[in-house]
Amino acid sequence: MLAAALRKELLLQWRTRGQMMAVLVFGATALLLFSFAIGPDASALRTFSAGFLWLGLLLSSTLTLAESFHSEMENRALEGLLLLPSDPRALYYGKAIANWLQLTLLGIALVPVMVVLYDAGTTQLLKLLGIIILGAAGLSAPGTLYAGMTAQLKAKQMLLPLLLFPLIVPALLASVKATSLVILGDPMDQLNAWITLLAAFDLIYWSMCGLLYGRVIEE
Amino acid sequence: MELPKIQTNKAPYVFLAIGVLLLSIGSYVGLFVAPAERYMGNVQRIMYVHVPCAWNGLLAITFAFVCAIVFLFSGDFRWDTRLEASIEVGVLLAFLLCAQGSIWAKPTWGVWWDWDPRLTTTAVLLFAFLGILALRRFVDDPVKRAIWSSVATIIAYVDVPIIYFSVRWWNSLHQAQSTTNTVSSQFWPPLRLNAFGILFLMIGFIMVRSRIAAYRLRNEMASPIAVGEEAGELA
Repeated sequence: MLAAALRKELLLQWRTRGQMMAVLVFGATALLLFSFAIGPDASALRTFSAGFLWLGLLLSSTLTLAESFHSEMENRALEGLLLLPSDPRALYYGKAIANWLQLTLLGIALVPVMVVLYDAGTTQLLKLLGIIILGAAGLSAPGTLYAGMTAQLKAKQMLLPLLLFPLIVPALLASVKATSLVILGDPMDQLNAWITLLAAFDLIYWSMCGLLYGRVIEE
Repeated sequence: MELPKIQTNKAPYVFLAIGVLLLSIGSYVGLFVAPAERYMGNVQRIMYVHVPCAWNGLLAITFAFVCAIVFLFSGDFRWDTRLEASIEVGVLLAFLLCAQGSIWAKPTWGVWWDWDPRLTTTAVLLFAFLGILALRRFVDDPVKRAIWSSVATIIAYVDVPIIYFSVRWWNSLHQAQSTTNTVSSQFWPPLRLNAFGILFLMIGFIMVRSRIAAYRLRNEMASPIAVGEEAGELA
């Protein structure tokens, strides 16, 4: 059941891949604009590069998360899905995994933009990939749940960030810290602590949001 | 769906009266009787409202969490009205806490704001629960509103310790928590009086506010004829 739900989500994402490009351009534009906040100071830009990368990804995520429920609201497709003899948790995890994958790809695609604009290169690509995967998981678990709620409302564009942003503070903090330790060096050996925090956040929200999602979409 | 019965007794007003009385005595003792602190001087007297606001704010938010869980299991709308009331009172106390903290921080630390764990957690908490109040305004269906705000309350409440520890690792200027163990015994009476004063005020406000929520809910849910009949009865 989960496989079917995931397959449906990935197929939907593949067929609307033009949107993914648009979001990527949006994220890259955000990274470009952040550099104007600092000015052409190369060392300062490098210091803040991790924060800018994650803020860029966070802003982009509000677009992709909201979009992931857009098709469910057309022709009351969600109600049709709920009529299936299936567990709503499968629907949730299908969507959350698809969003996770999409955000991970988006994060990976934004890294070269960050390297070029802020001169924030690193050779520890595997570690960086791991942090992006964990950070994207932290955004997508509560993000999918709240997108499912707000998609049914008129004020969805406004409410999703309002609910999501305060909640993901620990995940954002840990991702930014871990990424900047990878880029700027880790003399105090703090990276593992931040990755553990991020993993704990992911574990808590992936299990809790799955449990609560059934109550959110029930009629 | 069963509509919550609306209590009409005088209990909340008794709580409010006791709260005002205790808070007046506590503030008088705190401002005029208790000695000034050696290093901070009179500025420190803000502690007598700051610390009770912190305790009771946390209590109100914890009560909201309990209401959310009980509502999800029972579906009893009385707990939805209590949830709305306690989140509103908790948000008010969290806002007061941030405002008093800034007033206290400027003369003692030299800054209005500091990225200290407790301060940052309170600010994030304030925004998280303001978001839930905003969500409640935008959902027209009372059943969905109650379920969604319960879910959002549980998710936000679980986040509080995680935010606290992440910010603590990230940055740590705040003096240790002021409890009766860490402050001089001369400061105890006004601190305790104000803590109970604000506690009683908080209970009173939550009771009054949940009654208002229950009336609004009844107007939303009841058929127009039933409301009309009741109005006829009252007339």
